[in-house]
Amino acid sequence: MSDARYITLPLDDNTVSSLHAGDIVKLSGKILVGRDAAHKRIVEAIKEGKPLPFSIENEIIYYAGPAPTPPGSVIGPIGPTTSGRMDPYTPFLLSKGLRGMIGKGKRSPEVLAAIKEYRAVYFGATGGAAVLISGCVTSAEKVAYDDLGPEAVLRLEVRDMPLVVLADCSGGNLYESGPAEARKITSD
Amino acid sequence: MPEIFVITAGEVSDKVRELSLSANIYLPEDVKSSLAAAREAEMMPQARSVCGEITRNAELAAEKHMPICQDCGMAVIFAELGQDLFIEGGGIEDAINDGVRRAYADGWLRKSVVSDPLFARVNSGDNTPAIIHWRIVPGHSLKLTVAPKGMGSENMSRIFMLKPADGADGVVKAVVSAVEDAGSNPCPPIVAGIGIGGNFETAPLAAKEALLVPCGQRSGIAFYADMEERILREINRLGIGAAGIGGTVTALDVHIIARPTHIAGMPVAVNICCHALRHASGVIEGRLTA
Repeated sequence: MSDARYITLPLDDNTVSSLHAGDIVKLSGKILVGRDAAHKRIVEAIKEGKPLPFSIENEIIYYAGPAPTPPGSVIGPIGPTTSGRMDPYTPFLLSKGLRGMIGKGKRSPEVLAAIKEYRAVYFGATGGAAVLISGCVTSAEKVAYDDLGPEAVLRLEVRDMPLVVLADCSGGNLYESGPAEARKITSD
Repeated sequence: MPEIFVITAGEVSDKVRELSLSANIYLPEDVKSSLAAAREAEMMPQARSVCGEITRNAELAAEKHMPICQDCGMAVIFAELGQDLFIEGGGIEDAINDGVRRAYADGWLRKSVVSDPLFARVNSGDNTPAIIHWRIVPGHSLKLTVAPKGMGSENMSRIFMLKPADGADGVVKAVVSAVEDAGSNPCPPIVAGIGIGGNFETAPLAAKEALLVPCGQRSGIAFYADMEERILREINRLGIGAAGIGGTVTALDVHIIARPTHIAGMPVAVNICCHALRHASGVIEGRLTA
């Protein structure tokens, strides 16, 4: 499909079930931002039974580390970073209630299996579309781990953030199906 | 008396600052045209939508004076120094690094350099040192090109020490395999810079220089011009597409630079660049001393 679906957070189970790899989505609502160091810290805290400074229940986490915020802007350019580095942490977080991820790049078989098992979704943002994405951010605040600098956990409110569904809860995976479909065209 | 021409270290610093900012903020026109053509040619709707986002992102970066990508790269600088020039008022490499430092601070660009690669990965805080490639040329001007390069695509670049007997087919196979292995990681649609010949350290440099050739321009040597077109066709048959989600345009262009090499070797380096192929050039003319 090529028409965008407008989706507002939080996600409910029906919406998650209706999302298929390849769907173009404009996402609105509140999301978390966290990457490498924050993931390590979140997982360690949960495993040690310590309370988190924020809930991950039914949340969507965006893998990104923004450029500095210029004066007068809500946030600096904020494109996705490579998701694969978060693979070791993601199945655990999904088992604890995380509902979805936004990033770029392929995921491990373990992550794809966890997306199916816990009925989650993996969205792709366009790598390098950093200014476009920052323009979709209507508010930004630090929620935790300020000492991590550009890797601190943020809470963003986004409006019509342009995404595509990369992996869905039925096992669909655009990194497999998309190139396979394109090769049918290019091999003619 | 020989004629001596002068420029100041301050002028060098100012020029590097200006070029670092414009390279990060304004995508070159040839890259923009190439992206627009890719969007037209793309046959998969999702990838076409991604090409549209990339084009819009470049327009917004220029309007808002923001960097095109949050990864503002390492500052790669090509400097062609006229041999009749004298640099007054400081070390020229210090001046270049000072220009980088001020651009990355003043332009709110992300600083992504760690001072040690392994033992102490601590951010240098100002995106220095720059990577500087010098050439001494006849004349009395300094030409500077600033080419910020992110690591997503740099990590996917490769060198192959091929045998002469591998021939043209071997080169094509190596390059296409590098792009195929890279998949979605280097933020396609990519541009591939290819350095053939030279040796283990100069082939990658030729590959990087090849990325500075304008998109749409073919090699001046007919053999390599044909090979560029052949590689481009084969890459675009891979189906990787924009963002790696499946598409008929995986590369915007391919450029080859060939250099003399040893009778026993044929190095081939592939420097992959993301769609944000950033570079800006400028010249400082020396003033004749009285």
